[in-house]
Amino acid sequence: MGATRQILLTRHSVLPGFGLALGFTLLYLSLIVLIPLSATFFKTATMGWGAFWEAVTTPRVLASLRLTFGASLIAALINAVFGLLVAWVLVRYRFFGKRLIDALVDLPFALPTAVAGIALTTLYATNGLIGHWLDQYGIKVAFTPLGIVVALTFIGLPFVVRTVQPVLEDIEAELEEAAACLGANRLQTFVRIILPAIGPALLTGFALAFARAIGEYGSVVFIAGNMPMISEIAPLLIITKLEQYDYAGATAIAVVMLVISFLLLLAINLLQWWSSNRTKSNR
Amino acid sequence: MSATSVLHTPVPLEQARSAATNEPALMRWLLIALALIFLTLFLFIPLASVFYEALKKGGDVYLKALQEPDALSAIQLTLITAAIAVPANLVFGVAAAWAIAKFEFRGKSVLITLIDLPFAVSPVISGLIYVLLFGAQGWFGPWLQAHDIKIIFAVPGIVLATVFVTFPFVARELIPLMQAQGAEEEEAAVALGASGWQTLWRVTLPNVKWGLVYGVILCNARAMGEFGAVSVVSGHIRGMTNTMPLHVEILYNEYNFAAAFAVASILALLALVTLAAKSFVEWRFGHDQQTSIEEHAA
Amino acid sequence: MSIEVSNISKHFGSFTALDNISLEFPSGELVALLGPSGCGKTTLLRIIAGLEQADSGKVLFHGEDASRRHVRERQVGFVFQHYALFRHMSVFENIAFGLRVKPRKERPSEAEIQRRVHELLNLVQLDWLHDRYPAQLSGGQRQRIALARALAVEPQVLLLDEPFGALDAKVRKDLRRWLRRLHDELHVTSLFVTHDQEEALEVADRVVLMNHGRIEQIGTPGEVYDHPASPFVYGFLGSVNLFHGRVHGDHLQVDDHVLALDQHTLSADTQAVAYARPHEVDVVRPEPGATGIPVVIRRILAFGGAVRLELERTGAESKENAGTPIEAEIGRDRLRELGLAEGDQVLIQPRGARVFPVSTAATNQAEKAAA
Repeated sequence: MGATRQILLTRHSVLPGFGLALGFTLLYLSLIVLIPLSATFFKTATMGWGAFWEAVTTPRVLASLRLTFGASLIAALINAVFGLLVAWVLVRYRFFGKRLIDALVDLPFALPTAVAGIALTTLYATNGLIGHWLDQYGIKVAFTPLGIVVALTFIGLPFVVRTVQPVLEDIEAELEEAAACLGANRLQTFVRIILPAIGPALLTGFALAFARAIGEYGSVVFIAGNMPMISEIAPLLIITKLEQYDYAGATAIAVVMLVISFLLLLAINLLQWWSSNRTKSNR
Repeated sequence: MSATSVLHTPVPLEQARSAATNEPALMRWLLIALALIFLTLFLFIPLASVFYEALKKGGDVYLKALQEPDALSAIQLTLITAAIAVPANLVFGVAAAWAIAKFEFRGKSVLITLIDLPFAVSPVISGLIYVLLFGAQGWFGPWLQAHDIKIIFAVPGIVLATVFVTFPFVARELIPLMQAQGAEEEEAAVALGASGWQTLWRVTLPNVKWGLVYGVILCNARAMGEFGAVSVVSGHIRGMTNTMPLHVEILYNEYNFAAAFAVASILALLALVTLAAKSFVEWRFGHDQQTSIEEHAA
Repeated sequence: MSIEVSNISKHFGSFTALDNISLEFPSGELVALLGPSGCGKTTLLRIIAGLEQADSGKVLFHGEDASRRHVRERQVGFVFQHYALFRHMSVFENIAFGLRVKPRKERPSEAEIQRRVHELLNLVQLDWLHDRYPAQLSGGQRQRIALARALAVEPQVLLLDEPFGALDAKVRKDLRRWLRRLHDELHVTSLFVTHDQEEALEVADRVVLMNHGRIEQIGTPGEVYDHPASPFVYGFLGSVNLFHGRVHGDHLQVDDHVLALDQHTLSADTQAVAYARPHEVDVVRPEPGATGIPVVIRRILAFGGAVRLELERTGAESKENAGTPIEAEIGRDRLRELGLAEGDQVLIQPRGARVFPVSTAATNQAEKAAA
C-alpha cells in the first residue's frame, strides 16, 4: 500500500486508506464493467474484419441503425425545444401546481421503462385515448416509427429540463436589465444574451437525451410494432440475434452502438469542459 | 451596512424580477399553456393511464393479479435483486469517492469517466456482455456447465446485469459532493488521533449523508425497474427468473392487460415514492446547506 | 437633460423603500445619492431608469412624463454595480450591443458602429482591450467598459449603481478622479448611488442624503458637510461628538458646564443634544479660571497632519453623558504647546456646536448603535 501511494499520488496526504479504496474501486470496476465490456470487442476481434463488416451492413441491420439514430435524433430535438420551454416556465413564472410539476418532470428517470412502454402503447394505439383521436386525422402512432419517437421523447424528457434549469436560474437579472437599458427587446435579449448563456447546457441536455434514446429498449419494444426493416430498432435486433444464438452478429451491432455512444460521451465531456472554461470569470 | 436593515428588506421572489425583464402577461400564459400541454401529453396522461387501466376492471381483479404466485415471486426476485445490487454499489460508491475526492493521483479523470461508462451503454448491451462471458457459448460457459453453475437465465445473471446498470448512481452523487467539501475535516480528525475507519464513520459519512441517500434512492429505483438488461439474461422463466418489469411484459404479451397494469401500477407507485423521497432529500439538503451558509456568515 | 421625480413612493411588501420622494436634478450635473444600505437610493435609481415601477408618483425627463415609458425607450445609460457585462461577447461586441439591437431603420452601418465603438474605447482609454472577453479584465477595466457600453447609445442620463463598490481601495480612488474628469468632458446629467460618504463628497457636484426612504438633505458637498440639516446627516458624514443637556437661552447646560451655542430655534428648557465635530473641540489645561467639560486623555494618536485625542468624560452626572468617548482633533503645534500626555486631566470647549431636540437625536443614536 505504501508503494501505491508513492507511485500514484501527486500530492502528499496524511489520510489513510488510499490504497484500499482505490484498489477496491479498480477491482470492482474491472470485474463489473471493464472486463465484461471488453468481451464485446474481443468477440468481434475473433470474427475478423470482413465478417464484422458483413454483419453490420446487411440491409436489416442498416435499417435498424438508421431508425434508431433517426428516431433518437428527432426525439432529442423535440426534447431540446420543449425541454427548454418547460425549464423556462418552471424557472421564470409562477403558476398553480408548479412545485408538483417540477418534481414530476423526473418521472421518466424513475418509472420503469416497461411500464412507460405499455402505458404509451395503450394510449397511442388506435383504440387508445390519444391514438383514437389522432386516428381521426389519419395519424397512426403505435406500431409505427412515430410511436418510437413518442417513446423516446418520453424517456429523454428530463435531460434537457434538468441541464438547462440550473443555468437559467443562475443568469443574473442584471444582464437582462442591461440589455433592456441598451434598447434590446425581449426577443433580442433572449436570442443574444440568454440563448448563448444556456447554449452549452442545452447542447449537453440534447446530447444526453440523444445518447439515452439510442440505447433505449424497454419503452420502445411495446409501441414499435417491431417490423423488420420498418420499425425494428437496433437494440431489439441484438436481442433477436441472441435468441437465434447468433452471438457474433449481436455483438457486431453492439460494438457499433458502443463506439457511437462512447464518442457521444466524449463529446458531452468536451462540451462541459469547454463551457465551464469559457464562462469562468474571476468575479 | 447594518445587518438589521438588510434583513429588513424581504424582497419576495416574484418581485425580484423587474417589469423590464419580464414578458407580457399574454406571452407568459401562452408559454405556460404550451409547456403544460406537452407535459400532459407525454407525462401526466401516461402516468394516470397506468392506474386507470389497472383499476378499470375493479378492485378484485386488481388484487387477484397481485396475489398470483407468479406475481409474488416476481416481486420477491425484484426485492432480492435490489437488496444485493444497491448495497454493493453503495460500498463501491463510498470507496471510489474516498479515493477520488480525498486524494490527488494520476489518472483520476480517466477513472471518473470510466465510472460513468455504464450510463452510456444500452441496457441490452449491458445484458449481452454477461451472456458473452457466462452464456452457453461464452468464455466461461463450458467451465460453468461442467461445474453445474448457472448464471445466465438464472438469478446471478439478473443480479449482475442490475449491478452493471446501476453501477454509477451512488458514486456520481458522492464524488462531486466530497470533492466540494475537501479533505480539511478529515485531516483535522486524523490529526486528533482518529483512525481511518473512525474518520470515515464519524466525519465523512455524516457530512455526505444526504448525497448518499439521494444516490441510494435513484440506484434503487433503477435496480427495481430495469428491463432491457435483465430481459437479455433472464430467460423469462415464470415464477423463477422473472422480475416485476419482466412479469409486466409477459402479462401484456398474453393480452392480460388488467393484470399487466396491476403489476405496473406497483412499479409506478414505486416511481412516485422515489420522486417524493428525492424531492424531500433535495429540500433537506438545500435546507442543511442554507443553515451552514448562515452559520458561516454569522 | 434635467430629471425630476415627484411624489415617488415604493413598497416591497410591508417594507417602505421610498416614501413620497420629490427631487430635481438639473441638467449636466453629477449628483450622488448617498445613504446607508436599505435607505432606498438604489430603488430610486432603478425607478428613474425604468427598471422598477413606482407605486405612485412621476418621473419627468426634461419636463415630460416618462413614467409610462419602457426602459428601452428612456435612453438612460445604466452602469450596474457588478457591471453586468455579457461574458460571451468580446469587449467590442459588448459596447456595440446597444447599436446592433436598434431597429433596422435607426441602426448605424457596420463602419459607423466600428467607428463609434473605437471612439468610446479611446474615451475610456482601453482600445487595446477590444478583442478581450470580460473574464480576462480587471475590475477597474470592466467598470470602464460597462461605462463605455452605457455611453454607446448616447444616453440623455447616466445612472450608476455603486460604481466603485466592487473595487479595491487603490483602484477606487483612481476611478473616482477619472469619472469626475470624464463627466467634466461629457456633461451628461449623471446620478450615482453610493454608501461611501467620502466618495460622494469628493466626486459629486451635489449630494442627496437619504435615510429610511426619505431625503434628509440636499446640497453641495461643502454645504452638507459644514451645515448638516439633521442629526442623521451629522452622524453619517464623518465623526461627531454628542453632548446631552438642556437649553437655556443662548447656551446649553451640560451637567454643571455651560456650552455656548450658535443660533438655534429651540425653546427654553428643552432637552437637547449638541453636535460638534472633532476639529471643533478645543482642549485646554485645567488652570484656575479655565472653563470647559472635564475629560481624561485616554490615547493620543499622533500621526498624520493633525493629532487625534481619544477622551473620556469624567464626573459627568447624567447617564447619557457618563463614559461617552469624545474625539478631538488638534494641531501638532497645539499638542506641543499644551504638553499633553495620556492620562492627563483636561477641559474641552466645543466651538460652534449645533443643537437638535432630543427626540430627533435619539433616533440617530439608535441608528448609530445598529450600524
